[in-house]
Amino acid sequence: MINLKKYTTYVQRFVLFLTITSLISCSSTGLRNTKIEAKKNAITGDLTEEQKIEDFIAPYRTHINKDLDNILAYAPETFDKSKGKWQTNIGNLLADATFERADKIFYTREGKHINVCLLNHGGIRAIIPKGNVTTKTAYDIMPFENSTVVIALKGEQLKEMADYIAMERKPHPLSGMLITLDANGLVKNVTVQGKPLDLTQTYYVATSDYLSGGGDRMNFFLNNTGSYSLDYKLRNLFIDYFKETDTLPVSTTQRIITQ
Amino acid sequence: MKRRDFIQKTAAGSALVLGGLSLSSFAEPPAKKITILHTNDVHSHIDPFPVSDPKYPNMGGAARRATLIESIRRENPNVLLLDAGDIFQGTPYFNYYGGELEFKLMSMMKYDLATLGNHDFDNGLQGFLAQLPHASFEFVNANYDFKNTILDGMIKPYKTFIKDGIKIGIFGLGIELKGLVDPTNYKETVYNDPLKVAQDMAKTLRHTEKCDLVICLSHLGFMYNNEPTKVNDLMLARNTKDIDLIIGGHTHTFLNKPYIEKNIDGKEVLVNQVGCYGLNLGQIDFYFEPGKMSSKGRIISV
Repeated sequence: MINLKKYTTYVQRFVLFLTITSLISCSSTGLRNTKIEAKKNAITGDLTEEQKIEDFIAPYRTHINKDLDNILAYAPETFDKSKGKWQTNIGNLLADATFERADKIFYTREGKHINVCLLNHGGIRAIIPKGNVTTKTAYDIMPFENSTVVIALKGEQLKEMADYIAMERKPHPLSGMLITLDANGLVKNVTVQGKPLDLTQTYYVATSDYLSGGGDRMNFFLNNTGSYSLDYKLRNLFIDYFKETDTLPVSTTQRIITQ
Repeated sequence: MKRRDFIQKTAAGSALVLGGLSLSSFAEPPAKKITILHTNDVHSHIDPFPVSDPKYPNMGGAARRATLIESIRRENPNVLLLDAGDIFQGTPYFNYYGGELEFKLMSMMKYDLATLGNHDFDNGLQGFLAQLPHASFEFVNANYDFKNTILDGMIKPYKTFIKDGIKIGIFGLGIELKGLVDPTNYKETVYNDPLKVAQDMAKTLRHTEKCDLVICLSHLGFMYNNEPTKVNDLMLARNTKDIDLIIGGHTHTFLNKPYIEKNIDGKEVLVNQVGCYGLNLGQIDFYFEPGKMSSKGRIISV
């Protein structure tokens, strides 16, 4: 009986409000928003894990971890981007690996060879610790989804590239090019594949689509005469390179020489 | 119901009440409460960050988020759970399963609606479409025209919900894809001006659909210090009307409380965003009472 009373009261009032508010409010119900409260709930370790969700994730996690823990190669020493002023062992490794694998694909597709590979120092996101190299290593050093591209540049833009590297004073991963700097740190000489740079010749540069789009202010890539997407994620390139390499080579070849 | 019957029934109801009238029966029906829960830019972060993580040690995690959502639902029956995009990309879960697990977990948590972020295009339109069957919730976007793509008809501009008699309209807005997403991934998707689209949407939801609450799920970004003219959520709030709440994403902006902006009519619009990676769950409670729109001020305690 009590419930019935409440119900009928409610209905009556509901009708009344509809009549009043239909004239002044667009609302369908004649209700108005009188108060708003807000808060940010942090997801922390204090919350217990919902078991149903946890159980659902478990097989996916197990499979990924098993796969990520696959041993692909061996690192005879730690590869670290913070060790070296103009080149680092990890920078040399990644630039040489990218050059080698991108060149194979590019030659098959276009019948041309790559001349230079340039990546960015900032793009190396972790070290490769001495010991086993796993799939997870590839995710650690390259968490981004960037793809490998080949950019056609005139020698003039390659000179700009050398100037950029000299100005940046960073050991950007470089392969196929040798830059000699003078005592003031300015570009004195550039050779590509051992030959002096020809300002009018077209060169093919392997890089990531992030950099070819002007990322890290590498604007010389924007003045290109051609762009070829290899549809090949850099991480997958590294994974494939690790798979076919037993022990990672430690390259100490200088790419930037100071006088 | 004929008008005469209607009046009679109402009168009968009044008579019944008169019989057992008490003070409490004069009390207005209790305020209705709609709880909006939201995430953005979760980026495939399913596991909590490791305890050793320098930035977010032991934070986040889908299973913990599910526990929190459940406990909020127990206290609040009228919950809408929303996501403002970039569900995909960021951990091997995405690289291995293409978003399947993200969608399945969100379905288990009973998400109601989401919008697309730029990274949700990372496996192309085909990659997104392939995962849609794993989502029990829908996606809304009003400013991408998918007409000439395989997503044609799959994404609605808006969706309405009725919770405890309160009608809520939610539309979606997405960021310009050119320069941000590889063209092979978004193909013939046409990007339309979000401000113009938002005004049309808000008008439709407020006046045609007669929604009590109009929400925009936006992946435009909160604001851009270096590009002040780039369209963003604050600009959207200032230059439109009829929107109550903008739930944003893209810029990974950690707001401790919603930003309150004034719209064209000088009315408050809430803009909220809760960072990224499932580290936080945003909560906004809207209370509704019967009465005139203008009879009393609105209390916003955030």
